[in-house]
Amino acid sequence: MTDVILETRGLRKAFGALQATDDVSIALRPGEIHAIIGPNGAGKSTLIGQICGSLAPDSGQVFLAGQDVTGKDTAQRAQAGLGRTFQISQLAMEDTVMQNVLLGALGKSAAPWRFFGAVLNDKALRKSAMAALERVGLADEQARVTAELSHGQRRQLEVAVALTLQPKAFVMDEPMAGLGAEGSARLTKLLDGLRHEAPILLVEHDMDAVFALADRISVLVSGQIIATGTVDEIRTDTRVREAYLGDEA
Amino acid sequence: MTRESYVNLACLAGLILIPLWAHVSDEPFTITLATRAVILALAALGLNIALGIGGLVSFGHAVFFGIGGYAMGILAHHAQNYTPIAEWPFLIEGTKSMPIIWLLATVVSGIVAFLIGLLSLRTTGVYFIMITLAFGQMLFFFSISWAEYGGEDGLAIYVRNGFPGLNTLVPLQFYGLCLAILLLALAFQWRLAKSPFGLALNAARQVPNRVKAVGLNPFKLQLVAFTISGMITGLAGALFADLNRFVSPTMFSWQLSGEFIVFIIIGGTARLFGPVIGAALFVIIEHVLGGISDYWHIWFGFLLLGIVLFGKGGVIGLLAGGAKAHD
Amino acid sequence: MSAILVIEQLLNGLQSGIMLFLMAAGLTLVFGVMGLINLAHGSLYMVGAFAAAAASAATGSFFLGLVAALIGAAAAGAIIELTVLRRLYARDHLDQVLATFALILIFSEGTRWVFGSFPLFLDIPDLLSGPVTLPGGIQYPLYRLTLILIGLAVAAGLFWLIARTRVGIRIRAGENDREMIAALGVDIDRLYTFVFALGAALAGLAGALVGAIQSVQVGMGEPVLILAFVVIVIGGIGSIKGALIGALLVGLTDTLGSIFLPQLFRLFMDPAAASQIGASLASMAIYVLMAAVLIWKPTGLFGAKA
Repeated sequence: MTDVILETRGLRKAFGALQATDDVSIALRPGEIHAIIGPNGAGKSTLIGQICGSLAPDSGQVFLAGQDVTGKDTAQRAQAGLGRTFQISQLAMEDTVMQNVLLGALGKSAAPWRFFGAVLNDKALRKSAMAALERVGLADEQARVTAELSHGQRRQLEVAVALTLQPKAFVMDEPMAGLGAEGSARLTKLLDGLRHEAPILLVEHDMDAVFALADRISVLVSGQIIATGTVDEIRTDTRVREAYLGDEA
Repeated sequence: MTRESYVNLACLAGLILIPLWAHVSDEPFTITLATRAVILALAALGLNIALGIGGLVSFGHAVFFGIGGYAMGILAHHAQNYTPIAEWPFLIEGTKSMPIIWLLATVVSGIVAFLIGLLSLRTTGVYFIMITLAFGQMLFFFSISWAEYGGEDGLAIYVRNGFPGLNTLVPLQFYGLCLAILLLALAFQWRLAKSPFGLALNAARQVPNRVKAVGLNPFKLQLVAFTISGMITGLAGALFADLNRFVSPTMFSWQLSGEFIVFIIIGGTARLFGPVIGAALFVIIEHVLGGISDYWHIWFGFLLLGIVLFGKGGVIGLLAGGAKAHD
Repeated sequence: MSAILVIEQLLNGLQSGIMLFLMAAGLTLVFGVMGLINLAHGSLYMVGAFAAAAASAATGSFFLGLVAALIGAAAAGAIIELTVLRRLYARDHLDQVLATFALILIFSEGTRWVFGSFPLFLDIPDLLSGPVTLPGGIQYPLYRLTLILIGLAVAAGLFWLIARTRVGIRIRAGENDREMIAALGVDIDRLYTFVFALGAALAGLAGALVGAIQSVQVGMGEPVLILAFVVIVIGGIGSIKGALIGALLVGLTDTLGSIFLPQLFRLFMDPAAASQIGASLASMAIYVLMAAVLIWKPTGLFGAKA
């Protein structure tokens, strides 16, 4: 099992009569970007919720670095090494860019229970925060209030906050959402390099980005994985073309 | 220095100079008013840690104010009557010593705040507001039914409690003591807001999902903040009871809880000196309008309505420019 | 203790619960449809009681007093909705709390200004005074029995209104999707004013009905308001059914607790201490109930999942 970082086994979740995820098993291997694609309503958000701990599965398990984390909450999974980004940016808009990444560093150090000493002067936290900002190219913006950032910069900051956790695996929920061509290209380049630090489970609608980045793709339709394979395999898979790319074929 | 710092400095100067002036020109009532303002500011400052930084709109903070008041009332009542509080399992006697009273007031307030927080923080938004209000009412009715300590009539304490090295019966000395505590609390809050805990708490208000996603637990952060907040308001309650040498169920009343929120909003949410300016303005308005009309609450109501509807950022926002409002 | 006493207290609990429902229904509707937390709802209860007392004193008719309570409270509700509250729907709860807190100050002191600080009295009409003999030989005040019947009738009417009428459909739609019903051409401003006035009229009716067995005075509304909050927290905010169940639970707990808890403690304590502790605990019983419900279901018995 050591060659799989993040794994789901037989995840099922139903809302009433709707089977939102139906026996979903996927594996994220070291150094790869594993994309999950699927039409709207396929169950991608439900899947992410179960992987990250905001939704409890009806049955099935989630493993992170060989450890069963199914019974753990979001915070515990983050402590265990799961770094996520949100489809809709979850950033403290009143705070500065630096404060937002410091929050991540604080989570990593598991030391929010210090009531004295300015967090902005904490060398260790700052160092890890600065490293994350430099990695995503936001070092110059560190003192700005987050609300003033452009949409693209906010998407980069999302990634930076996840980076401060020094996670074992990333889960990224539509990081390209709302980005223009230029922004997408920049973020694509960033994620491309990031896979060697920790593998990325990428849920994404932007097919150019997916085809450019993904080592493997899983296709989720009506709660089920109908195919998993390389970009070329998925492109030529008839079931996928039928179910998902039908109108483009 | 920012304009807000100048406003804060001016406020500080007023807190020191006005009572000194009143002392020199022999106006003890002005000192009493100033003491009242300082103590109410301390109570609202306590609430501001929960509300301003943590975003927890507690409509029940009079609970802690009342507990602080009764901690003083009960200890001093037994001391002045020479009756023990308890004889079993060991003898507990009353006291007229402020430090011991303060200790009890903060500890008991902290425990109650922890328990109320444990239940209330399971909910958010409007539920949280209503539940804290209901817990406030619960203790209000409990204090009314507690006949041993005066029930509805409350407890009168004949002589103000003592503090080592001071004559607390001199208005200016008691004022100085209260001001010193307020300044300590302000320094505490200032450092808290900048600390790692403050950063995490502030983020838990704005983006709880993010806080979870970086491995922190918003519930725990908020529970600790709520407890600290209750302790400070409890300490203010003990001082308030000592100012009036009287404690009654009105210290638990929901109106008081509402007024604490009002102080913060008038002054400006999450501003360091917001509660101080708000409480001082309230005491001044109460004094001035109260002198003109028996029905001054009407005009205060219209004023408050105007501030809420049209003036975001409170008085400090107005003076310092740039509303620091948040939703 | 006798069965008669128990039945009598059950009826008392039912009566206070059903009056509480009239208050809680308006609060929960306003929150469900407009997302507004309205502290001034207790003021509307007070307005109803004062309108009834003034009108029945002037005309000599209790029933004209009730009409005045309905009209007065509905008008007061519509006025504050039109002038103040509609500016607050999109604001956060903190602003709503403060603005409606300000309204309480204005209403309370305004009423004190007009009517003075002394309580007014609203007499039970002769037609409804005196006891009535229930099956089983229980003597029970006719007026209180009437309150139960009126309350049940209003509750039934309200359920019918929400479930069966056009305006009810709009109200339910408004709870689900504001933009959508506006897009469908429903005049949402008028709907809001109507819902608010309806809630206000119910509060005013409760104020007038209860005013006749208690006294009519400034500040009478807020204790009831807070009880109504407890009710809708227990029942689940936005749910009329929850408000009814919650109100009955609170009414019964409060009434039965204050009678039977002291008696319970008397079984193993000396009488003075028992009534002391019993009374203290009874005063907290409904809050303990609320806490228990919250531990079990944080969004109330019939509340939507957060």
